Amino acid sequence: MSVEVITGSFDPGAAYSEFLAGARGIGAGVVFTGVVRSTHERPITALILECYVELATNEIEAIRRSAVDRFALAEAHIIHRHGRLLPGEPIMQVMTLAEHRGAAFDGAQYLMDYLKTDAPFWKKEETADGSKWVEPVAADAVARLRWEQT
Amino acid sequence: MKVLYFAWLRERLDRSEDEVAPPAEVETVTDLVDWLAQRDEVLAAALEKRSIFKFAVDARIVPPQTPLAGADSVAILPPMTAG
Repeated sequence: MSVEVITGSFDPGAAYSEFLAGARGIGAGVVFTGVVRSTHERPITALILECYVELATNEIEAIRRSAVDRFALAEAHIIHRHGRLLPGEPIMQVMTLAEHRGAAFDGAQYLMDYLKTDAPFWKKEETADGSKWVEPVAADAVARLRWEQT
Repeated sequence: MKVLYFAWLRERLDRSEDEVAPPAEVETVTDLVDWLAQRDEVLAAALEKRSIFKFAVDARIVPPQTPLAGADSVAILPPMTAG
Protein backbone atom coordinates (compact mmCIF):
# COMPACT_ATOMS: atom_id res chain seq x y z
CA MET A 1 0.00 0.00 0.00
CA SER A 2 1.40 3.39 -0.94
CA VAL A 3 -1.18 5.75 0.52
CA GLU A 4 -2.57 5.36 4.03
CA VAL A 5 -5.32 7.63 5.33
CA ILE A 6 -5.71 6.63 8.95
CA THR A 7 -7.32 7.81 12.20
CA GLY A 8 -4.88 6.48 14.78
CA SER A 9 -1.37 7.73 15.45
CA PHE A 10 1.69 6.14 13.87
CA ASP A 11 5.36 5.71 14.72
CA PRO A 12 7.29 7.87 12.22
CA GLY A 13 10.57 6.03 12.74
CA ALA A 14 9.07 2.56 12.48
CA ALA A 15 7.17 3.56 9.32
CA TYR A 16 10.38 4.85 7.72
CA SER A 17 12.37 1.77 8.72
CA GLU A 18 9.74 -0.43 7.16
CA PHE A 19 9.74 1.72 4.02
CA LEU A 20 13.56 1.53 3.72
CA ALA A 21 13.59 -2.21 4.28
CA GLY A 22 12.11 -2.69 0.81
CA ALA A 23 14.83 -0.63 -0.88
CA ARG A 24 17.15 -2.40 -3.32
CA GLY A 25 19.46 -0.79 -5.85
CA ILE A 26 18.72 2.77 -4.76
CA GLY A 27 20.97 5.29 -3.07
CA ALA A 28 18.68 7.80 -1.42
CA GLY A 29 15.74 7.89 0.93
CA VAL A 30 14.02 11.04 2.19
CA VAL A 31 11.40 11.34 4.91
CA PHE A 32 9.34 14.33 5.96
CA THR A 33 7.06 14.26 8.99
CA GLY A 34 4.45 16.96 9.59
CA VAL A 35 3.73 17.60 13.26
CA VAL A 36 0.77 19.34 14.93
CA ARG A 37 1.99 22.78 15.91
CA SER A 38 0.92 24.86 18.87
CA THR A 39 2.91 28.06 19.32
CA HIS A 40 3.12 30.65 22.08
CA GLU A 41 1.53 33.24 19.77
CA ARG A 42 -1.14 30.88 18.52
CA PRO A 43 -1.77 28.14 21.07
CA ILE A 44 -4.15 25.34 20.17
CA THR A 45 -5.36 22.45 22.29
CA ALA A 46 -6.08 20.16 19.34
CA LEU A 47 -6.29 20.03 15.55
CA ILE A 48 -9.25 18.31 13.96
CA LEU A 49 -8.73 17.06 10.43
CA GLU A 50 -11.86 16.07 8.60
CA CYS A 51 -11.74 14.14 5.35
CA TYR A 52 -13.72 12.03 2.94
CA VAL A 53 -11.48 8.98 3.24
CA GLU A 54 -12.17 7.44 -0.16
CA LEU A 55 -11.72 10.76 -1.95
CA ALA A 56 -8.58 11.64 0.05
CA THR A 57 -7.05 8.25 -0.79
CA ASN A 58 -7.83 8.70 -4.50
CA GLU A 59 -6.51 12.26 -4.66
CA ILE A 60 -3.33 11.55 -2.70
CA GLU A 61 -2.66 8.49 -4.86
CA ALA A 62 -2.93 10.69 -7.97
CA ILE A 63 -0.41 13.17 -6.46
CA ARG A 64 1.86 10.27 -5.49
CA ARG A 65 1.82 8.81 -9.00
CA SER A 66 2.64 12.18 -10.57
CA ALA A 67 5.64 12.52 -8.22
CA VAL A 68 6.87 9.00 -9.01
CA ASP A 69 6.64 9.72 -12.75
CA ARG A 70 8.10 13.21 -12.65
CA PHE A 71 11.15 12.39 -10.51
CA ALA A 72 11.57 8.73 -11.52
CA LEU A 73 11.19 7.70 -7.89
CA ALA A 74 11.75 4.05 -7.05
CA GLU A 75 8.96 4.34 -4.47
CA ALA A 76 6.87 6.90 -2.61
CA HIS A 77 4.65 6.36 0.39
CA ILE A 78 2.32 8.77 2.16
CA ILE A 79 0.69 8.39 5.55
CA HIS A 80 -1.96 10.98 6.45
CA ARG A 81 -4.03 11.05 9.61
CA HIS A 82 -7.47 12.46 10.18
CA GLY A 83 -9.59 12.94 13.30
CA ARG A 84 -8.58 14.78 16.48
CA LEU A 85 -4.83 15.30 16.83
CA LEU A 86 -2.87 16.79 19.73
CA PRO A 87 0.08 19.22 19.55
CA GLY A 88 3.34 17.36 19.02
CA GLU A 89 1.70 14.37 17.36
CA PRO A 90 2.62 13.43 13.78
CA ILE A 91 -0.03 14.47 11.21
CA MET A 92 1.48 13.03 8.10
CA GLN A 93 4.62 11.55 6.62
CA VAL A 94 6.01 11.53 3.10
CA MET A 95 8.75 9.05 2.19
CA THR A 96 10.60 8.77 -1.11
CA LEU A 97 13.23 6.47 -2.54
CA ALA A 98 15.32 7.27 -5.59
CA GLU A 99 18.60 6.38 -7.19
CA HIS A 100 20.15 9.70 -6.11
CA ARG A 101 19.41 12.26 -3.41
CA GLY A 102 18.32 15.07 -5.75
CA ALA A 103 15.28 13.18 -6.98
CA ALA A 104 14.45 11.87 -3.51
CA PHE A 105 14.51 15.41 -2.02
CA ASP A 106 12.69 16.99 -4.97
CA GLY A 107 10.07 14.25 -4.98
CA ALA A 108 9.41 14.71 -1.27
CA GLN A 109 9.25 18.51 -1.61
CA TYR A 110 6.90 18.26 -4.59
CA LEU A 111 4.66 15.84 -2.71
CA MET A 112 4.54 18.16 0.30
CA ASP A 113 3.78 21.24 -1.79
CA TYR A 114 0.95 19.45 -3.60
CA LEU A 115 -0.42 17.85 -0.45
CA LYS A 116 -0.52 21.27 1.24
CA THR A 117 -2.79 22.61 -1.49
CA ASP A 118 -4.57 19.65 -3.03
CA ALA A 119 -5.07 17.04 -0.32
CA PRO A 120 -8.79 17.09 0.42
CA PHE A 121 -8.81 17.79 4.15
CA TRP A 122 -10.55 20.36 6.29
CA LYS A 123 -8.79 21.67 9.38
CA LYS A 124 -10.41 22.92 12.52
CA GLU A 125 -8.37 24.37 15.37
CA GLU A 126 -9.45 23.89 18.96
CA THR A 127 -8.30 26.63 21.32
CA ALA A 128 -9.15 27.65 24.88
CA ASP A 129 -11.75 30.03 23.36
CA GLY A 130 -13.52 27.46 21.21
CA SER A 131 -12.93 25.99 17.79
CA LYS A 132 -12.94 27.32 14.25
CA TRP A 133 -12.34 26.13 10.70
CA VAL A 134 -9.02 27.17 9.16
CA GLU A 135 -9.05 29.14 5.90
CA PRO A 136 -6.79 28.03 3.02
CA VAL A 137 -3.34 29.66 3.13
CA ALA A 138 -2.17 31.59 0.05
CA ALA A 139 1.51 30.84 0.79
CA ASP A 140 0.84 27.14 0.22
CA ALA A 141 -0.53 27.84 -3.26
CA VAL A 142 2.57 29.94 -4.02
CA ALA A 143 4.85 27.08 -2.91
CA ARG A 144 3.10 24.75 -5.30
CA LEU A 145 3.40 27.17 -8.23
CA ARG A 146 7.16 26.67 -8.57
CA TRP A 147 6.54 23.13 -9.85
CA GLU A 148 4.23 24.45 -12.54
CA GLN A 149 6.88 26.88 -13.78
CA THR A 150 9.72 24.36 -14.07
CA MET B 1 -28.38 8.67 -4.63
CA LYS B 2 -26.44 9.92 -1.62
CA VAL B 3 -25.43 13.55 -1.23
CA LEU B 4 -22.52 14.01 1.18
CA TYR B 5 -21.69 17.17 3.15
CA PHE B 6 -18.41 17.99 4.87
CA ALA B 7 -16.78 20.36 7.37
CA TRP B 8 -18.64 23.62 8.05
CA LEU B 9 -21.29 22.78 5.47
CA ARG B 10 -22.06 19.57 7.39
CA GLU B 11 -22.20 21.54 10.63
CA ARG B 12 -24.45 24.21 9.21
CA LEU B 13 -26.89 21.62 7.83
CA ASP B 14 -26.58 19.52 10.99
CA ARG B 15 -26.31 16.33 8.92
CA SER B 16 -23.61 14.60 6.92
CA GLU B 17 -25.71 13.18 4.10
CA ASP B 18 -29.07 13.04 2.33
CA GLU B 19 -30.60 10.21 0.38
CA VAL B 20 -32.31 11.75 -2.65
CA ALA B 21 -34.11 10.65 -5.81
CA PRO B 22 -33.88 13.62 -8.18
CA PRO B 23 -36.19 13.78 -11.23
CA ALA B 24 -34.90 12.87 -14.69
CA GLU B 25 -34.30 16.49 -15.73
CA VAL B 26 -31.58 16.72 -13.07
CA GLU B 27 -28.76 15.60 -15.35
CA THR B 28 -25.54 17.13 -14.03
CA VAL B 29 -23.87 17.95 -10.72
CA THR B 30 -24.86 21.62 -11.20
CA ASP B 31 -28.49 20.59 -11.83
CA LEU B 32 -28.44 18.49 -8.66
CA VAL B 33 -27.03 21.30 -6.52
CA ASP B 34 -29.63 23.74 -7.94
CA TRP B 35 -32.39 21.21 -7.25
CA LEU B 36 -31.17 20.60 -3.69
CA ALA B 37 -30.90 24.33 -3.01
CA GLN B 38 -34.49 24.88 -4.15
CA ARG B 39 -35.66 22.36 -1.58
CA ASP B 40 -33.54 23.56 1.35
CA GLU B 41 -33.14 27.20 2.40
CA VAL B 42 -30.23 26.49 4.72
CA LEU B 43 -28.34 24.73 1.95
CA ALA B 44 -29.20 27.51 -0.52
CA ALA B 45 -27.77 30.11 1.89
CA ALA B 46 -24.66 28.02 2.58
CA LEU B 47 -24.04 27.62 -1.16
CA GLU B 48 -24.46 31.31 -1.90
CA LYS B 49 -20.83 31.61 -3.09
CA ARG B 50 -21.13 28.60 -5.32
CA SER B 51 -17.75 29.07 -7.03
CA ILE B 52 -15.79 28.27 -3.85
CA PHE B 53 -17.14 24.71 -3.72
CA LYS B 54 -15.79 21.63 -5.39
CA PHE B 55 -17.78 18.51 -6.17
CA ALA B 56 -17.07 14.81 -6.23
CA VAL B 57 -18.96 12.01 -7.92
CA ASP B 58 -18.27 8.59 -6.44
CA ALA B 59 -15.22 9.89 -4.56
CA ARG B 60 -13.55 11.60 -7.55
CA ILE B 61 -13.39 15.39 -7.87
CA VAL B 62 -15.20 16.37 -11.07
CA PRO B 63 -16.20 19.57 -12.90
CA PRO B 64 -19.72 20.83 -12.03
CA GLN B 65 -21.06 20.06 -15.51
CA THR B 66 -20.35 16.33 -15.05
CA PRO B 67 -23.36 14.09 -15.83
CA LEU B 68 -24.85 12.19 -12.90
CA ALA B 69 -25.74 9.08 -14.90
CA GLY B 70 -25.04 6.00 -12.79
CA ALA B 71 -23.62 7.96 -9.82
CA ASP B 72 -24.09 6.50 -6.34
CA SER B 73 -22.87 9.55 -4.44
CA VAL B 74 -22.25 13.24 -4.95
CA ALA B 75 -20.19 15.17 -2.41
CA ILE B 76 -20.34 18.93 -1.90
CA LEU B 77 -16.91 20.07 -0.74
CA PRO B 78 -16.26 23.43 0.92
CA PRO B 79 -12.81 24.97 0.28
CA MET B 80 -10.20 22.58 1.61
CA THR B 81 -7.34 23.62 3.85
CA ALA B 82 -5.30 20.57 2.91
CA GLY B 83 -2.84 18.65 5.01
